[in-house]
Amino acid sequence: MSSMLAQPWILAEADPARIWTWVFVGLTFALYLYIGWRSRVRETRGFYVAGQGVPAIANGAATAADWMSAASFISMAGLISFSGSDGSVYLMGWTGGYVLLALLLAPYLRKFGHYTVPDFIGARYYSDTARVVAAMCAIFVSLTYVAGQMKGVGVVFSRFLEVELWLGVVIGMGIVAFFAGLGGMKGITWTQVVQYFVLILAFLIPSIAISSMLTGDAVPQKGFVFSDISERLNAVLLELGEQEYTQPFGKFSQLNVFCITAALMFGTAGLPHVIVRFYTVKNVRAARYSAVWAILFIAILYTTAPALGMFARYNLIKNLHQSTVTKIELQTGDETPRVYPIADQGKNPREQAFEAVRQAQQDNRPAEPGSAPGNEGVTRKTSITYFLQSPDGKPLNWATQWQKTGLLKVEDLDQDGKINLKLMDWEAADGKTVKRSELAKIDKDIIVLSTPEVAGLPPWVIALVAAGGLAAALSTAAGLLLVISSSLAHDLYIRFVEPNATEAKKVKVGRIAILLGILVAGYFGINPPGFVGEVVAFAFGLAAASFFPVIFLGIFSTRVNRAGAVSGMLVGLIFTMTYIILCTADKVLPFLFDAPILTSDQWLFGISPQGIGTLGMLLNFVVTWVVSMCTQPPPEDVVELVEKIRLPGEAGSAVEH
Amino acid sequence: MLNFEMNDSNKKRYWRANLKVVVILLAIWFVVAYGLSIFFIESMNQIAVGHLGLGFWMAQQGSIFVFVLLVLIYAWLMDGLDRKYNVND
Repeated sequence: MSSMLAQPWILAEADPARIWTWVFVGLTFALYLYIGWRSRVRETRGFYVAGQGVPAIANGAATAADWMSAASFISMAGLISFSGSDGSVYLMGWTGGYVLLALLLAPYLRKFGHYTVPDFIGARYYSDTARVVAAMCAIFVSLTYVAGQMKGVGVVFSRFLEVELWLGVVIGMGIVAFFAGLGGMKGITWTQVVQYFVLILAFLIPSIAISSMLTGDAVPQKGFVFSDISERLNAVLLELGEQEYTQPFGKFSQLNVFCITAALMFGTAGLPHVIVRFYTVKNVRAARYSAVWAILFIAILYTTAPALGMFARYNLIKNLHQSTVTKIELQTGDETPRVYPIADQGKNPREQAFEAVRQAQQDNRPAEPGSAPGNEGVTRKTSITYFLQSPDGKPLNWATQWQKTGLLKVEDLDQDGKINLKLMDWEAADGKTVKRSELAKIDKDIIVLSTPEVAGLPPWVIALVAAGGLAAALSTAAGLLLVISSSLAHDLYIRFVEPNATEAKKVKVGRIAILLGILVAGYFGINPPGFVGEVVAFAFGLAAASFFPVIFLGIFSTRVNRAGAVSGMLVGLIFTMTYIILCTADKVLPFLFDAPILTSDQWLFGISPQGIGTLGMLLNFVVTWVVSMCTQPPPEDVVELVEKIRLPGEAGSAVEH
Repeated sequence: MLNFEMNDSNKKRYWRANLKVVVILLAIWFVVAYGLSIFFIESMNQIAVGHLGLGFWMAQQGSIFVFVLLVLIYAWLMDGLDRKYNVND
């Protein structure tokens, strides 16, 4: 009880975590701006490929930061936490794809040496059509992806700094515009190097703390394997009526685990913003070693994430299950932040809270409903928050805070003053029985962001995690914006509208294109159209079905030709997109459909839309090959080009083309 | 440096050796990612690694360690090939 008295339980003022967060975010942002200013460039080679002199280890760190998006940092451990064994699709999908990129694409594309993926496709398939299709795909994939990053920036700002989401997005846009617009790829590269170290520290420190706490081993990777935490978690989950954490194929069928893993693997290998990072190093050998550094840097986070996922699930259940709950009703007009007095030690916490709210309302009740300053004419609404205390009496302030964001929701269905996580039968409004627990909603993003608070770490760690989330989001956003800029400016505008532009003009067009991209991405970040969230999840499938086969065959076959590549890309893309739209019509086209056209029992061979990219990719391979075989072989100079990129040496440089 | 001596048959041999390296490494990649961690995960789980089943550990952590090694070994082997055929620049 004393802890409750000491701490205002509706965190209102003087929150040290927020002060720390301002300090950390301010410092890191100042650093990014400084680097951007130092790296300002004047010519296209610096703007698009950082002058092609980035050392392998630095490019490795930059690639890792580029690769690991807000989703890797904020969402992935949470996704794994709630998927159990099947969370492996994300872990293996995103890292396994990297092996494909390193062995099958990166060295050859570096040897090719031009600025963009559409450059390669346009040259290899001697076709402006193929180049335009590739540029459009790159813009589409990157734009949906970058909107997600911008939203991530907004979420971090609104949760940790309590500013409006739109303002957070605008601040993020300003920072990216500065270092990417000024320094192009050079500015982006060196900020990404710094961002990698910010984000990895921010991920490791809380993971190490929670690992020490739950397993007694400071190395999360070791605690994961050699402590009995997995057995304890399995036992707890069985008790709650859920299936064991380590049991495979609970969330996805075996076929879908296969298809989703493959779609993510081949999709990541084809993501243009990661491929272009390999254009920035000196030569083919440096491209190979920067791939080694990058996967090593990535693996540090990716082998920690499954441990964190498991620990966090256990910790969450231990904290929330059988926690005492107090319902607090507040009305609009009573929202002035203040410390609520807690009356009587002898009463139980629920009564105390009710009394505190009653008293607060009496003290500060507006004369007329809805006439409080700033709330004139607003209908008075009652908001309900549940204040939680863990079974051993600690106030769970983080849970109260997260409820305000709507990402966490508990309901005391049986009104016994405790939150029960056991799955039980409840009667729903329509009279049917549903199996659910009193944890009504928990968003995957909470897992990483709340770990420091749940583990009771000092406020500066919370601030570090906020800065890390921002670093992850901004580094990926910058890489994506460069792809959008290079596709718009370099692949489309300069090539087709003003091929004879001066160097200065080209860089200027590139800068304008980046700013344009930032504005569009920011707009979608603030007003995400329904389909963005969906499309991001499927972007990998689309990339797998369109890009991967064409780039791969373009290198490993001299026989594949223009007709094959264009028809293969189109068939793969259209098939995959159609299937995804059929399965998610209610989310992608909400104004036309209120249910998916294909429901999960009608899925083709039972393959989920997340995994369909694998099938689309196979189709692309078959079509590209068959059509190529039935048509003229590519011209002699293209065959020569392919033979040239297969050999290192004569390091391709993008000076002129 | 550009290697002027490289003739067509050497180019072919270099490319074939390169393909061999890639095929072997990707075969390991396939067995680890799809074989042990997806197709046979349930039987792999019968084998214990610490407190976990081998299949679960492979799917969530072990495979990633293997991936890092594969990319590193690739860089090493290709260094050797480049030296043998004198194509490094």
